[in-house]
Amino acid sequence: MTPQITLSGARSSHTAFRPSRIVSWTLLFLGGLVMVTPILFMLSTSLKDASQVYDLKLIPASPSLDNYWTVLSDGRFLRWFLNSLVVAVAVTVSNVFFDSLVGYTLAKFRFRGRYVVFIAILSTLMIPTEMLVIPWYLMASTFGWIDSYWGIMFPGMMTAFGTFLMKQFFETVPDEFLEAARIDGLNEFTIWWRVAMPLVTPALSALAIFTFLGNWTAFFWPLIVTNSRELYTLPIGLSSFAVEQAIQWEMIMTGASLATIPTLLVFLLLQRYIVRGVMLAGLKG
Amino acid sequence: MIAARAKSTRLWDGLSLSHKRVLWAWTFLAIPILFYSVIRFWPTLQAIALSFTNWSLMRPASFVGLENYTRLVQDPLFWQVFRNTFLYLIIGTPISLLLSFAIAYYLDRVQFMHGLIRAIYFLPFLTTAAAMAWVWRWFYQPVPIGVINGFLTWVGLPQQPFLRSTVQALPAVLAPAVWAGLGFQIIIFIAGLRAIPTSYYEAARIDGVSEFTILRRITLPLLKPTIVFLVVFSSISFLRIFDQVYNINFNDPGGPLNTTKPLVMMIYQTAFKSFDMGYAAAQTVVLFAILLVVSLIQLRVLKDR
Repeated sequence: MTPQITLSGARSSHTAFRPSRIVSWTLLFLGGLVMVTPILFMLSTSLKDASQVYDLKLIPASPSLDNYWTVLSDGRFLRWFLNSLVVAVAVTVSNVFFDSLVGYTLAKFRFRGRYVVFIAILSTLMIPTEMLVIPWYLMASTFGWIDSYWGIMFPGMMTAFGTFLMKQFFETVPDEFLEAARIDGLNEFTIWWRVAMPLVTPALSALAIFTFLGNWTAFFWPLIVTNSRELYTLPIGLSSFAVEQAIQWEMIMTGASLATIPTLLVFLLLQRYIVRGVMLAGLKG
Repeated sequence: MIAARAKSTRLWDGLSLSHKRVLWAWTFLAIPILFYSVIRFWPTLQAIALSFTNWSLMRPASFVGLENYTRLVQDPLFWQVFRNTFLYLIIGTPISLLLSFAIAYYLDRVQFMHGLIRAIYFLPFLTTAAAMAWVWRWFYQPVPIGVINGFLTWVGLPQQPFLRSTVQALPAVLAPAVWAGLGFQIIIFIAGLRAIPTSYYEAARIDGVSEFTILRRITLPLLKPTIVFLVVFSSISFLRIFDQVYNINFNDPGGPLNTTKPLVMMIYQTAFKSFDMGYAAAQTVVLFAILLVVSLIQLRVLKDR
């Protein structure tokens, strides 16, 4: 914000007209402020009591966590939080395991039918979830999976996107590494798990981040497959909570903050990996 | 038992190394092939089959031919929803891509607090659409509740109806979707920009080429794979918009007067509110066709240029 901005580290080292750099930096900064405004207002209002809500100041006059205690006191949010966590973690573990196993097999094994399997899996990328939800719902009600963790999880246990991503990365692993392990007498499963997997950890973390985030924020399928409040995931629970609160905006903002704060905290901790992961997935995917 | 195991061990040892590897490969693929068959391919065929029936939770399915499709074409709600869905696409995609490219282009050159600014733009991508729709709903409320109208009044401008207006509601619902997706697109654009070798730029600058020409002749052509990916990816996500619309107008989802209702919401309501499953299945097949055609046209047009 000060006039003496050091631009020495800029990527392109050509001598640009300095004032234009300052102008673009300022515009970027102001744009960034606009981007975080909804999040800041959400957090700020969650710290206000009902009488201050209509006072649109960003800094609450007397901030308190009372709303959080009220919202958390009946235990519903904790339950939804737990549901979301269980579902997102289980689906992520499954994807990290199976997507990389399949990606590895398609990248590193030579056998008849390999190409057909690859194209078949890749082609499922074109099928939108919305087309599958009615058959999934039918399947879930036939087998009694409605209102269960498994019911929420089963459609996402493997994804074509993850498989494709992992295949791309396993192709960069040199065959010599795997051959050496084979000569040492390791079996194929151990070679994959002990030798190949550690070589693609950046891709694994990218896949894990995407899968977790996608399932943590998922709305459409959990909305369809859950009926009872106890099995709601956080987004569905929040939605029902907000409808119930109607115009108590400070309570709705507290609920919205509770749904948002965990991912924001994780991001602050793992920022470097997340941004790199998104870049990796975007470039390879 | 022991004999059987001994026999299978002998069988296994008798296999050549390459045969063993083929067996390993199919072992690794067994569960995934089962999964993709049962959870992806079978339901796809089932959805198509259901679209030719009049199945609902109230009555058993019977074959009705193309009746669901002719009904859809004659349904005025479908055409309203069709229009809305494409409005989300043709407003959302260009605006979000132009914004994210401009931000990425300048952000890539700025080093002062680069990481912080990048993080700020990326934050909305990590939020839950269902949660942020409520924040935006609150923003759009009239004075004295809503933040935006509060600001407009403060600077002396008239209040706007936003979600209550049949004209303004769709852009108002679209804004949070663009807002939330921007960070992802910016990161992908930056990754694409970084992948362009700096030697190209240096050579151009030695020749004294202007920044604008460099952008038009070097940056944009070399960025084409990234642009194609983002155009297709963001178009699909705008065509499938649902979470924001459902939450931002919970008492009349898709309202006012269906002016914000996208196809996915029509599918949801037909299937899970009216339980008219056959009709809903036909709608999902139409959605599939729309996504396919739009993606193919975009790939065709963008690859040719």
